[in-house]
Amino acid sequence: MKKIYPDAETALDGLLFDGMTVMSGGFGLCGIPEKLIAALVASGAKGMTVISNNAGIDDFGLGLLLQTRQIKKMISSYVGENATFERQYLAGELELEFNPQGTLAERIRAGGAGIPGFYTKTGVGTLIAEGKEHKEFDGQIFILERGLKSDLSIVKAWKGDAQGNLVFRKTARNFNPMMATAGKITVAEVEELVPVGSLPPDSIHTPGIFVQRIVEGAAYEKRIEKRTVRETA
Amino acid sequence: MAWTRDDLARIAARELRDGFYVNLGIGIPTLVANYIPAGMDVTLQSENGMLGMGPFPMPDEVDPDLINAGKQTITELDRTSYFSSADSFAMIRGGHIDLSILGAMEVSETGDLANWMVPGKLVKGMGGAMDLVAGVKRCVVTMDHTDKAGNSKLLKSCTLPLTGKACVHRIITNLGVFDVVPGGLKPMELAPGVTQDEVKTKTEARLV
Repeated sequence: MKKIYPDAETALDGLLFDGMTVMSGGFGLCGIPEKLIAALVASGAKGMTVISNNAGIDDFGLGLLLQTRQIKKMISSYVGENATFERQYLAGELELEFNPQGTLAERIRAGGAGIPGFYTKTGVGTLIAEGKEHKEFDGQIFILERGLKSDLSIVKAWKGDAQGNLVFRKTARNFNPMMATAGKITVAEVEELVPVGSLPPDSIHTPGIFVQRIVEGAAYEKRIEKRTVRETA
Repeated sequence: MAWTRDDLARIAARELRDGFYVNLGIGIPTLVANYIPAGMDVTLQSENGMLGMGPFPMPDEVDPDLINAGKQTITELDRTSYFSSADSFAMIRGGHIDLSILGAMEVSETGDLANWMVPGKLVKGMGGAMDLVAGVKRCVVTMDHTDKAGNSKLLKSCTLPLTGKACVHRIITNLGVFDVVPGGLKPMELAPGVTQDEVKTKTEARLV
């Protein structure tokens, strides 16, 4: 099966429909699939439910899909960096489901691993627990959280090969590996497509079975949200 | 005289112990990294997927693929490892992190914490805070003792949506250090010049 596609728009060809659920990797603007997000904007697909830890900023990342009002609902843990998001949400134009970050990560991991639900102590006694099954294990109370799957997962890796094997770089890994496992279809964009056999098999983070399509992006912007430096070593 | 932000970070750094794995929240807790005692071996965890967080980079070291949970650029150390968000919260939820220091909007006399939303006004989200307070061994809060109008933020019960129930062990405010004990909050230390009467006046929670 040929997995390599020439560009991001072609890589999404035939996969998109209105009302679909999309997982999008990244933490803040770090490790986001910026080429595939741009292709989603260009596609005009509407009414999307987007599962992503954050919602980008006003003019980059998932913020671009909010500006075009292609997103109906976000499932996220933190959206504090995006004024467009806050305005649309407070005006009732956008649905929002907050998940604790670790619960979100585990829901995606579970979904991809064929686990329909799991119990966690995160959120017990808070709004998050309302309406969820409570169960006692070893004298402690836990709540039931469901696994998550997507119609499409878009992820970003550093290097990848024609088999779909992926290697991530530093903290740009974050939610990308779990999301790759939880998509009915997963499309990966990489900074560099390398020949099969050149990635050390012991160092592959996401095995190619989880990736159906792969595309090499060019000229990554990799915008930094909070450039923080020290002046003296 | 009430403690400053840097004082709070310096006092919170007393919670550190040799060999600890520690998660520091955004704001004042981040400053605690500046007060790790020389010779003490402390490893900082960043919940976006890094263990062994180094200092902020020099201007020519900035790397967009290397940020902390506050989205600030940082650096790695010799000991550093990177991992996914699922592995990161296995560390947190699984009880492998010794200490979490984080900020608060309100804390109750039973150690309930609220720090993630103000209904109808502020929509930011809990990020990793609910997982941290549910999973780490010890939870220390740094915060202002009162709001801008002078109202106590140490309450009988929180008015804002909770981040966690009965999860806070110690509160460090600009007025003093308070432990959550059976029956209420116990003052352990007061800032220089702060009197017990002042603390009583400015605290709604029951003091014991």
